[in-house]
Amino acid sequence: MLPALPVPAPIAPLRIAAYTVTSAAGVGKATLLAALRESRSALTPNDFGPTPLATWIGRVAGLESTLLPRPLAAWDCRNDRLAWLGLQGDGFIDAVHAARERHGAARVAVVLGTSTSSIGATEDAYRALDADGAFPADNRNPLVHTPHSLGSFVREALALEGPCVTVSTACSSSAKVFAAAERMLRLGLVDAALVGGVDTLCGSVLFGFNALQLVSAEPCRPFDAERSGISIGEAAGFALLERDDAGDDAAPRLLGYGESSDAHHMSTPHPDGLGAERALDDALARAGIDAAAVDHINLHGTASAKNDEVEAALVARRFPATTHASSTKGVTGHTLGAAGIVEAAATLLAIEHGWKPGTVNTRVLDPVCGPQLRTAGVAGRVRVGLSNSFGFGGNNCVLVFAAADAAARR
Amino acid sequence: MSGPQSPAGGAFFVDGIAFWAPTLPGWEHARAAFRGEAAPLEVAAQRPAPELLAAAERRRAPDTVALALEVAAAAVRESGCAADALPSIFTSAHGDLAVNDYMCSTLASQPTLISPTRFHNSVHNAAAGYWTIATGCREASTAVSAFDASFGAGLLEAASQCSADARPVLLVAFDVEATGALASVTQSTGLLACALVVAPEASRRSIAAFDWTLADDPVGAPAARSAAAQSLAGNAMSGALPLLEAIATMPSSGDDSDVLALPLAPSLALRLVPRALPRAKTTLR
Repeated sequence: MLPALPVPAPIAPLRIAAYTVTSAAGVGKATLLAALRESRSALTPNDFGPTPLATWIGRVAGLESTLLPRPLAAWDCRNDRLAWLGLQGDGFIDAVHAARERHGAARVAVVLGTSTSSIGATEDAYRALDADGAFPADNRNPLVHTPHSLGSFVREALALEGPCVTVSTACSSSAKVFAAAERMLRLGLVDAALVGGVDTLCGSVLFGFNALQLVSAEPCRPFDAERSGISIGEAAGFALLERDDAGDDAAPRLLGYGESSDAHHMSTPHPDGLGAERALDDALARAGIDAAAVDHINLHGTASAKNDEVEAALVARRFPATTHASSTKGVTGHTLGAAGIVEAAATLLAIEHGWKPGTVNTRVLDPVCGPQLRTAGVAGRVRVGLSNSFGFGGNNCVLVFAAADAAARR
Repeated sequence: MSGPQSPAGGAFFVDGIAFWAPTLPGWEHARAAFRGEAAPLEVAAQRPAPELLAAAERRRAPDTVALALEVAAAAVRESGCAADALPSIFTSAHGDLAVNDYMCSTLASQPTLISPTRFHNSVHNAAAGYWTIATGCREASTAVSAFDASFGAGLLEAASQCSADARPVLLVAFDVEATGALASVTQSTGLLACALVVAPEASRRSIAAFDWTLADDPVGAPAARSAAAQSLAGNAMSGALPLLEAIATMPSSGDDSDVLALPLAPSLALRLVPRALPRAKTTLR
């Protein structure tokens, strides 16, 4: 018998004042929404790096020619370029600047998630060491070769002066940023929080996941009976959170979150999904809702054999058949530390546009899947949507979002 | 424009503390050294071999994991809390620099020979993962980084969780030596780790207490005062030392010189004001 664990109290919903997402589908929300509506995969054959593995990737176009503004040039690397490109979407920078004006620069937190941050620049340096075995002269900024490259870059780019931290818990990183920001807002430490995450293609993840035999040679097929592993992608996404005291408005809300640990294995999920279920239970408790109220779930659904087996079983035993559950990894690839924010954005798009995405690339569902698991997208109202993110180290996070009116009626 | 000044914050009680550096391998020794009552070891201690890990893992574990589990276990033991009941926050400026050096070196030469174990050990939350696995803890764990503000950022996250959810939490902070080519850009020497169990209310285990707020005009990072702490200044987690010294030298004098401002960002600090404990427990440790 496992010990009873404390149940968290419901939280006050937070406004998602603005959000944006950039992935292999393109820059901005409209590109991801279109790909989801059309069930269109943005994966392409791997052409990344000097010796590409035979796999498929979700590559963001144009990063090679993206230039950082001169005052930010010291941060130049693929990951911070993607952060900069991603910030351009959907008028997001204007929304952040307005929040800065409204609240003051020190009252806006920056909480960003990444798995590998700028390690690609470190990999580049190791391929170009100078005669003394040191990094080449043009790639020596210590602020790039460290996980906080992302947080420090975005803070500098947007001239924010509140608490600034980079969360790095592998593939749950940019989901957990919502939890950390909620606590800061609840305690009144800040009045707004810029959350999100960025991860870019790099040798570490392509060859690392390949070493774990988790990379598919074909475009990933989440929950397919014949799935053969993940397709790695890159992405950037951001959201601006504020307390819900600004009066009635149509902005979607963060209703709850749950964080947990598997306590099982560094790179394999708990076989019974105990950690994932605890994150789910905590998320529902903080949101103050039952599983039956969930219209849609954006699953972690990586197309790895074990993740999908465990996650499908969890959904099958906990949700009604009316809950529409799907994975969008066939569209964007698994964007690792950015998956949390990309799929938070996909969930918010489902709420705002009434489109429940399908599971792209998947042909025949694994028999472990319940009736909740859908391969086809469908139009329909999403009042409450969940997003699952599970990472190495057994690190789990479940987010609950809701339409403004559904949050108010809860 | 400037926004409203925030009085928001909270208080935390330190119910468990642990420390490890090669010349100060344990809190008792470190505390005495920070008080000027003992000297650091002249011959550095071997890296710790945490009992939580199986014998084979004890040897294979990256330095960060060995350090983090050693101090986490010691702080939790002292706190009287059950390890599997504590949410945990792991902070490190750079993570495991030796694993990063291995990954980048191997990718530059023979990328298809990357070790799968070393790959999953390269995630920033590796120590958090090993800790929760070793203790059977299903509570939330997180891993954060904020370059030279990493200790302050980790402590803020710990203090926030402690105050927001009114629960004790475990903070583990560590950094290791930069190795290989990475050492040409990343500044960090030696090994340094500490852990704190912070609780929202005083208990008979409490050895220190602080009121905390954010302050948007910090006076600059506080410097370590003792020679023993100054000798560890080259480690990227040396930002933890002023708080550890403050705890080591309690009871404090009660004037403004006790106030600590730990950097969070270029113009923001975590302001810590020592609070007297209900009973004079501090002299016992």
